[in-house]
Amino acid sequence: MGSHSALVLIELGAVFFGLGILARLAGRIGLSPIPLYLVGGLFFGHGGLIELDGVAEFSEIASEIGVVLLLLLLGLEYTAGELVTGLRQSWMAGVLDIVLNFLPGVLIALVLGWGGIGAFVLGGVTYISSSGIVAKVLSDLGRLGNRETPVVLSLLVFEDLAMAVYLPILTTVLAGVSFAGGLQAVGISLVVVTIVLVVALRFGATVSAVVDSKDREVFLLTLIGGALLVAGLASAMQVSAAVGAFLLGIAISGATATNAARLLEPLRDLFAAVFFVVFGLNTDPATIPPVLGYALLLALITTITKVATGWWAAKRQGVGRLGRARAGAALIARGEFSIVIAGLAVASGAVTEELAALATAYVLLMAVFGPIAARLAEPAMNLFRRSVPLPV
Amino acid sequence: MKVEETPLPGIGVRKDIVTASGRRIGTVTQRDGETELIVSRADDPDACLASIPLTSEEASTLGNLLGAHQLVAQLTEAHRDLPGVNTRQFLVEVDSPYDGRKLGDTKMRTRSSVSIVAVLRRGQVQASPTPDFVLGSGDLLVAVGTSEGLDTAAEILRGG
Repeated sequence: MGSHSALVLIELGAVFFGLGILARLAGRIGLSPIPLYLVGGLFFGHGGLIELDGVAEFSEIASEIGVVLLLLLLGLEYTAGELVTGLRQSWMAGVLDIVLNFLPGVLIALVLGWGGIGAFVLGGVTYISSSGIVAKVLSDLGRLGNRETPVVLSLLVFEDLAMAVYLPILTTVLAGVSFAGGLQAVGISLVVVTIVLVVALRFGATVSAVVDSKDREVFLLTLIGGALLVAGLASAMQVSAAVGAFLLGIAISGATATNAARLLEPLRDLFAAVFFVVFGLNTDPATIPPVLGYALLLALITTITKVATGWWAAKRQGVGRLGRARAGAALIARGEFSIVIAGLAVASGAVTEELAALATAYVLLMAVFGPIAARLAEPAMNLFRRSVPLPV
Repeated sequence: MKVEETPLPGIGVRKDIVTASGRRIGTVTQRDGETELIVSRADDPDACLASIPLTSEEASTLGNLLGAHQLVAQLTEAHRDLPGVNTRQFLVEVDSPYDGRKLGDTKMRTRSSVSIVAVLRRGQVQASPTPDFVLGSGDLLVAVGTSEGLDTAAEILRGG
């Protein structure tokens, strides 16, 4: 027993230490660490260089917690008021976003013969931008004061809400329920999301008061306890743990939400890193080369469709050409939530292993290319303008 | 003057004005209270030339510097018919001996026959401050007097 726990500690230590090095490397070259975590996971685990068996049990639980924290913090990010105004102001751009970016995933999955469920999953993977990467890019590039930035942010808010409806449906569909059952799930999730929004708007202070505390330790324990309880109960009711945590995040508001986000961020980073590694661990690197062509094709198509979405949304707000290009390029990055969706699908066993491979390759490409594209949008536009003078 | 206030979901709020020269100037205040001064680019008004992070003290000092101009202009206008009466503004520097001391301690009136008619702090105007008003660095004093008196006042504030 003693030697077993020693092995677990050493393996776990080595994994975290390795992740630390990867995150440092990512910071050096100005990348999101997510693709590096995935690559790290691919290297170890099934079919990789070294198999880590000692930490399997811990890492499974830790990655579940990682998903819960990712979604809880996504919910905390926006106040209920912001969600409602965001919905009111940007629903047209939001709908265009869904149509343009959900469909490519659906079509590729159908072409590959993965059926309706596979199509629904891959559509989600290609639809959702990484709010983490996008927000970081905007602040790193000093674009918070730009006119197109609110457009980008309100699209992220809309995607956030779309996730609240999408995830419960996904869980139901993955559980193998019929189309009618799926429709019922849509109805239920819309009702639940509406109730949560109303509760958050009217009684947000009460919900916040229940979890709030001046003492950091009390606050942390209450928050984590609350999140895991809600997530567990949601999971028991077949609504997916992630959704429960997400809705709790929306319900907590105001200063409590800001403080909670600050407190939970390091924990989220820790457990989410484990989640990405585990996802990589469970993907056999040998399955990636066969789908790489499709991943590249999908990356190309959804780069264009996201740019088009951002371009159109920014144009509607009266932003100029350069700003429209910046808005579009900023939205390209996909990341954590694409992996969450693929992870849920793979865990249910309802989709083929190839889907995990395609999702991994796709997120690797988009998480690396997104921030680069955001930087290059402007120089590219200027080059274009110089070679082809545009009528203004 | 119309201040455009734009919420930035998940980040904070942007407040800006469009100047007569067509530039956008304003602030981005993040949720944790961090403030950035933003100035738009001349060739692309949608983008920012610079986003300069400011501490709350820096922000309020900058606000005073800009706000005082208008106040001084008004006072000068009011005193235009009185030859020899001038209005001038003095910043209480960090190393001023009166940082943290009462206005009365400067004995400004007795030593330079200058009147401190207003103090600007954090963008707020404190009109006719009393002698027990405690000065702080970053405060901007608006003083009225003869030009020799005002020179003396500047020395008093700088060196005691």
